Amino acid sequence: MRYEAPETIEGAVKLLAGGGPRGRVLAGGTDLLVQLRAGMIAPELVVDIKRIDETREIREEGGRLVIGAAVTGAELGEHAAAKAMWPGVVEATELIGSTQIQGRASLAGNLCNASPAADTVPALVAAAATCRIAGPGGERRVPVEEVCTGPGELSLDDGEFVVAFEFPERPPRSADAYLRFIPRTEMDIAVVGAGVNLSFDDNGRCAAARVSLGAVAPTVILVEEAGRALVGTECDDAALQNMAAAASAACRPIDDKRGTVEYRTKVAGVLATRAAKIAAQRAKGAR
Amino acid sequence: MAKAHVTTTVNGDPVEFLCDAEQTLLDVLRDELYLTGSKEGCGSGDCGACSVIVDDRLVCACLMLGVEAEGHSIETIEGMANGDQLHPLQTKFLEHAALQCGVCTPGILVAAKSLLERNPDPTEIEVRYWLAGNLCRCTGYDKIVRAVLDTAQEIRGG
Repeated sequence: MRYEAPETIEGAVKLLAGGGPRGRVLAGGTDLLVQLRAGMIAPELVVDIKRIDETREIREEGGRLVIGAAVTGAELGEHAAAKAMWPGVVEATELIGSTQIQGRASLAGNLCNASPAADTVPALVAAAATCRIAGPGGERRVPVEEVCTGPGELSLDDGEFVVAFEFPERPPRSADAYLRFIPRTEMDIAVVGAGVNLSFDDNGRCAAARVSLGAVAPTVILVEEAGRALVGTECDDAALQNMAAAASAACRPIDDKRGTVEYRTKVAGVLATRAAKIAAQRAKGAR
Repeated sequence: MAKAHVTTTVNGDPVEFLCDAEQTLLDVLRDELYLTGSKEGCGSGDCGACSVIVDDRLVCACLMLGVEAEGHSIETIEGMANGDQLHPLQTKFLEHAALQCGVCTPGILVAAKSLLERNPDPTEIEVRYWLAGNLCRCTGYDKIVRAVLDTAQEIRGG
């Protein structure tokens, strides 16, 4: 195995494009190193993207937040401006693993590990975040929900990697929230995860809503029906019930040691409702 | 494949080593630098026995490649005592008998040090969450948590 740590996007693309299918991107390494050690993967080339400035910065550009691919959970959690703009994304990130994992784990790693139960992904999808992807053909922007195509499967081509996450502008009276259900208080993998992002008009009616669920399908899903059930309402109990029903109806989970199909389907609606209530409360407190 | 040459800082001292790309930072610390205080419990980032501080961040040395250490500053359990003078956390762990077999102890001490440097007055809940990535299979956690809280109080001058 060869290790390279290029300092530019172009340098990383060149290495990855030349490395063929057995090249791997290293950000925080909290999944990659486990897979290496377990012999699940045997890459010929590992390209560490952490020495590329664009992957390591959090910045605001004309009201839009940009988070580098390799920014760690700990760094994001300490970033007051990011937390104020996208509290759901930050709380989802902070739920992952231990203090030690937070010191290394990244958003792009969580996305590109392509687990259906990844905590940050429903929050990123609800936030309508976009991936800035660099590759041999230049750069492209892809909605987060289009990056994973199945467990462990990505829509990225050989030589492509995620540089950063770009968030949309934040209208007034907007907020997001993420909740995960696990049978303990920390250090566990989601049975169900729910991200909700809401905007309200000046009459207190929901103007835009995105609901995303994790661990209930082969990939994290955006449930457009669930969002539509809230738009135009005051997110009252009846609207929330419709939203929860739409969320549960969209679930296609598996039975496993973490939960049964029936349980996950039910919990998805409950969790989405609770996340929506938190997002609505935050949005009302926002500017 | 030629070995990589890495220049880094360990416990304040400049250090150079040669390693294979596959070697983790934990492999390098233990097998190349003979700093065997950091333990391998699980090798997958679950147990925290290999906790070290890299550029002021607590991390698992088993989840970082040795070559990634280039240009960074690493603190291990070996740098915690000042010569024969134990760190206050080490003294309190002895007083409270906050260890039995000792395999988890270096990682827990490094993790607790990192907590107290950020938060000199943690609550019990904060201590428990901070140390959630450090598993102990014999003593249990109460004595460890008490030792950390007692150290914090002592350092604050209480």
